[in-house]
Amino acid sequence: MRMSRPVWMLLAVAALVVIPLLIGGEFAGADGQAAAAIEAANPDFAPWFTPLWQPPSGEVEGLFFALQAALGALVVGYVIGRRHGRAKAEAERHGTTGPAARNA
Amino acid sequence: MHIMEGYLPASQSLAWYAASAPFVVAGAVRIRKIVRERPEARMTLAASGAFAFVLSALKIPSVTGSCSHPTGTGLGAVIFGPSVMAVLGLIVLLFQALLLAHGGLTTLGANTFSMAIVGPWVAWGIWRLGRGAGLSMALTVFLAAALGDLATYLFTSFQLALAYPDPVSGVAGAMIKFGGIFAFTQIPLAIAEGLLTVVVIDALSGRVRDADKIGVLAGEAR
Repeated sequence: MRMSRPVWMLLAVAALVVIPLLIGGEFAGADGQAAAAIEAANPDFAPWFTPLWQPPSGEVEGLFFALQAALGALVVGYVIGRRHGRAKAEAERHGTTGPAARNA
Repeated sequence: MHIMEGYLPASQSLAWYAASAPFVVAGAVRIRKIVRERPEARMTLAASGAFAFVLSALKIPSVTGSCSHPTGTGLGAVIFGPSVMAVLGLIVLLFQALLLAHGGLTTLGANTFSMAIVGPWVAWGIWRLGRGAGLSMALTVFLAAALGDLATYLFTSFQLALAYPDPVSGVAGAMIKFGGIFAFTQIPLAIAEGLLTVVVIDALSGRVRDADKIGVLAGEAR
């Protein structure tokens, strides 16, 4: 069976995420590591400005990251659905599968 | 991963704001023009911004044992040219700076420059080069999105190196240090971003010939 391009690509993405988990590590954020490197090189360093608002806990931070991903996915999904709906309606109106469908 | 709030000296914060501003203004003008002249493209424009929203929310583990996130800015850059992403990327960065304490307001100019300007311009440049060289749509989009992602983080490393040069080896030495933190972590993520960008282009354009996909999404061809 020949896998379609999106399928094998998504499997490859999944592998890229899972392999590091199998290798193991602390998986701290790269930005935090950069901050640590700056502080290590400049012992008296302190950020001169702090965020106006910080999520009070890791859970709340997770909430906002999930919200960001969900909002984006909602819009991407809506646009994909709309385009497919329109392509289908057009194909039906012309009584053919359309010139575009032939090459897929 | 963006430069943290308060980690750039004030003078450099301002300088990056000033450097980013004209790109953002040009992007806003371009978006208005696209929306006015190509109503077909409005949906794709929304999806391009939304894709950056999704991808930059996904903190993904990497083989270096640390986490980072992709940028998602290659998609819109390939379809519409790099300028629109300055605006869309800025919106993503504002959301993260205000609600997630990720990145920051003082570093917004610098982060906009790396993620919303350098990344998209590199992606667009690779796209043009690849098309010119006759590479396939999928391979070119993959390379454009992946290398644009990597370029963002190389530039972030450069920005930090400029702010915190190594006392012995200078900016170059610091660039290697920060690059080791950001860029190596980013390599698998950049590959993932390249693949996901091709997947989304396939999903958005549906049953259209590969060669016509980008044109259809840009609202240039039907």
